Amino acid sequence: MSHPIKKIEGITKESTEELIAKTLEVYPEKAKKKRAPHLGANDQASGCAAVKSNKKTVPGVMSARGCAYAGAKGVVWGPIRDMVHVSHGPVGCGWYSWGTRRNLMTGKLGVDQFAMQFTSDFQEKDIVYGGDKKLKQLLIEAKELFPLAKGISVLSECPVGLIGDDINQTSRQAAKDLDLPIIPCNCEGFRGVSQSLGHHISNDTIRDYIIGTREFSEPETPYDISLIGDYNIGGDVWSAKALLEEIGLNVKSVWTGDGELEKIAATHTVKLNLIHCYRSMNYMCKVMEEKFGIPWLEFNFFGPTKIRESLRAIGERFDQNIQDKVEQAIAKYDPIMQAIVDEYRPRLEGKKVMLLVGGLRPRHTIGAYEDLGMECVGSGYEFAHNDDYERTSPEMPDATVVYDDPSEYEFEKFAHALKPDLIGSGIKEKYVFQKMGIPFRQMHSWDYSGPYHGYQGFSVFARDIDMAVNSPTWKLVESPF
Amino acid sequence: MSAEAAVKYVTETTEAEKERVAAWINTEEYKELNFKREALVIAPPHTCQPLGAELVAHAFEGSLPFVHGSQGCASYYRSTLNRHFRDPAPAVSDSMTEDGAVFGGQNNLHEGLENAIAIYKPKMVSIFTSCMPEIIGDDLVAFLKNARNKGIIPEGMPVPFANTPSFNGSHIHGYDAMLNSILHTLTEGKKVEGRCTGKVNLIPGFDANTGNFREYKRLFAEFGVPLTILGDISDVFDSPCDGSYHTYPGGTKLDDAADSINGKATLSLGPYSGAKTFAWLKDNYSGKHAAIPMPLGIAKTDELIKKISELSGKPVPESIKNERGRAVDAMTDSHQYMHGKKFALYGDPDQLIGYVSFLLEMGAIPYHILCSKGSKKVEKEIQALLDASMYGAGCKIYMGKDLWHMRSLVMTDRVDAMIGDTHGKFACRDAGIPLFRFGFPIFDRVNKHRYPIIGYQGVINMVTEICNKFIDIKDETCEERFFEMMR
Repeated sequence: MSHPIKKIEGITKESTEELIAKTLEVYPEKAKKKRAPHLGANDQASGCAAVKSNKKTVPGVMSARGCAYAGAKGVVWGPIRDMVHVSHGPVGCGWYSWGTRRNLMTGKLGVDQFAMQFTSDFQEKDIVYGGDKKLKQLLIEAKELFPLAKGISVLSECPVGLIGDDINQTSRQAAKDLDLPIIPCNCEGFRGVSQSLGHHISNDTIRDYIIGTREFSEPETPYDISLIGDYNIGGDVWSAKALLEEIGLNVKSVWTGDGELEKIAATHTVKLNLIHCYRSMNYMCKVMEEKFGIPWLEFNFFGPTKIRESLRAIGERFDQNIQDKVEQAIAKYDPIMQAIVDEYRPRLEGKKVMLLVGGLRPRHTIGAYEDLGMECVGSGYEFAHNDDYERTSPEMPDATVVYDDPSEYEFEKFAHALKPDLIGSGIKEKYVFQKMGIPFRQMHSWDYSGPYHGYQGFSVFARDIDMAVNSPTWKLVESPF
Repeated sequence: MSAEAAVKYVTETTEAEKERVAAWINTEEYKELNFKREALVIAPPHTCQPLGAELVAHAFEGSLPFVHGSQGCASYYRSTLNRHFRDPAPAVSDSMTEDGAVFGGQNNLHEGLENAIAIYKPKMVSIFTSCMPEIIGDDLVAFLKNARNKGIIPEGMPVPFANTPSFNGSHIHGYDAMLNSILHTLTEGKKVEGRCTGKVNLIPGFDANTGNFREYKRLFAEFGVPLTILGDISDVFDSPCDGSYHTYPGGTKLDDAADSINGKATLSLGPYSGAKTFAWLKDNYSGKHAAIPMPLGIAKTDELIKKISELSGKPVPESIKNERGRAVDAMTDSHQYMHGKKFALYGDPDQLIGYVSFLLEMGAIPYHILCSKGSKKVEKEIQALLDASMYGAGCKIYMGKDLWHMRSLVMTDRVDAMIGDTHGKFACRDAGIPLFRFGFPIFDRVNKHRYPIIGYQGVINMVTEICNKFIDIKDETCEERFFEMMR
């Protein structure tokens, strides 16, 4: 293997396997048998997945996972700014996912961006008689009230699929009547095992309803690219896009953070798709490759080491002009990044971090922590697949624990044993560990900070990590009496 | 968008067009169109039943909230509570998926119970439902009976359950259903003829302010009246950071809840959010029963204090009389900063009635009153408050409307401030007015849930927050020559 093998003092395959076995002791036999293959020690040299993944969650264990609707509304469709996204069904799903993912948008709310919660607010009678008529009516109302919306997505909640409504037919008819793209997305929460199927279903609806329906009016250039799988959490897209433009590329569309529907629709004319979150959007990259011959490239914009590698890899796909600009950018940012590392690394050197995030960050952020002198002693995903775990193996130190869809109990036990200096995970985990006195950063939402992508993002990331790990408040946790 | 359609170019909306629409959505004409909506609901300030069920399922000792349904639901409820309290909200789900739709959710429920009980060692599992089992018609009574017969539920462990369909009512109704089930389960067979615990039971209603709960306890302690809060979240969602994590850091003791059926009296402070529970309890609990409004503002707090005195047979202590006096002092000292100020307000019925009462007491005007999930009864009660005060003249109640309606209201008929929850911040920014976050949830300010808004102390907190904000605005926006030392 080309990658160096990293070791952590005190962590061996045996110690990790013992930790896993001890953790599972409390489980009933059946649950233990189901969970065991989802926990494992990393074999860094192998590049193989350490665990099984993308299986049904074991009932009752306290998983952090969400549902297909969450993957469709929160991740893929919701961030498109110039559309009305209707949560079709009862009031709750749309309410919970209203503004809680931090996919920021340019524009004016209610004028040319629509980050409010739109719902058909199903009542008992809609369950009994069906909601298609209501859907038809609300689509008309949405168009009237929001004339600058470029389209409407109809995102099904559980009841819609269970009562047998036909949102596809209703949406198709309304699209004709209203002369507006209306995209039905059958992303009921009971489908699949996690958010992940919601991503896939949403990608499929982009394939079926959107891609290829628009073209850019300006002439094509050899540098036309699309930024895929960046959701503009805390402004990530704005940082990443600026950097890609600085190296001479034309970012024609963004999927889907701060995204615009018609530009997404015209993406079939770009020369290269650059994908950040592989898990949520690899499907459409593959579709565009097969159907339109557009190559795609995974990249990593967390931390200067990975950014540098990624910029060079991107440069290789283009001519000398771009490659020169890549080197100019690296030369420009290297000293700035070094100054950040010089400032924070002495305070973070040797600190241990554990991660549990969605489908990308448990591997993609490891390099950024390492830039700050920290080491990752455990990592896992809520909804990753085998190919994600394969990609994780070379990034994680050897023999460290890998966990797939861990229960809160497992995560807590691992943290107890590994004593990390920082945990990066979600809101449901945050306060559990903070009560234990362990510094924590939310790694889905950047803990209301950001951006973390690109060079600009690293300065924010480094500051935040230092702030979390070294806050004097942690020293007060232990009471003097 | 069929494949044969001619390819169109990407269009750009012109700045002029954006400006035109931006101005249009602030007009009377837009408001009329907006209020004609029949099917589309935009930014409603209420959520579904199970959220309320989870809140109260956390509120009992060793109780593990258990969502029978899709796992995404549980993650949504938990996250909401985490964000509001900035505290853990441990709850499980039985992760029903497609096969549950075909075969029903019994297997998931049984496996989930077995695992949750083994791993999280609860004293009670409080089950409530999300959409899926409600649609397919799962029979929880039978499922749980089978679970007991199979030995999945340990002998003697209470497992209350509530049907909380999301397509009916709102979070306050889920709170009610779950609380009712918990009390029904815990008190079963516990009634002892002639026994009286000497305690007053308190049903606080759907309330996500831990400070309010601590304030109730303090008020009863001042009286020297023993109290059982039925569903006490104060130590659950305001637990100390001391280096250890506890899955169940507080909550009403199960024994106290069981014995509450033999209480001296039961007092409901959530006539709307605890209606079903109270109706059931009136027929089943010993002692006296009373449902009075949530104690927001002086008059409603007076009502509570009188009621405690009446139910307990104890006189109002001097300390509370003084407390009332201090609250009134705070109001008279600062009335000029609120007098005549117009407010837009929205929220759950119990809170909304309290805000109206309090604002009128201050000589402020509760101008736009909006309830997204109200009733004729709520409307009548609020109208009666408005009619009884000269400051209620011209105020209007909007039932079944949402925050996009509210935006039209505050853009076309201006007010000075809004009272609500975090979701109101967008309309407030557009209208250039402050938002007072007294409702639920609060995602964007810290520690608000630790400051009570009920009782006399709550009056002082609300007056302080509101008046000082108006003074801040004056300081920040007045011309230099009017910027002065005193306010």
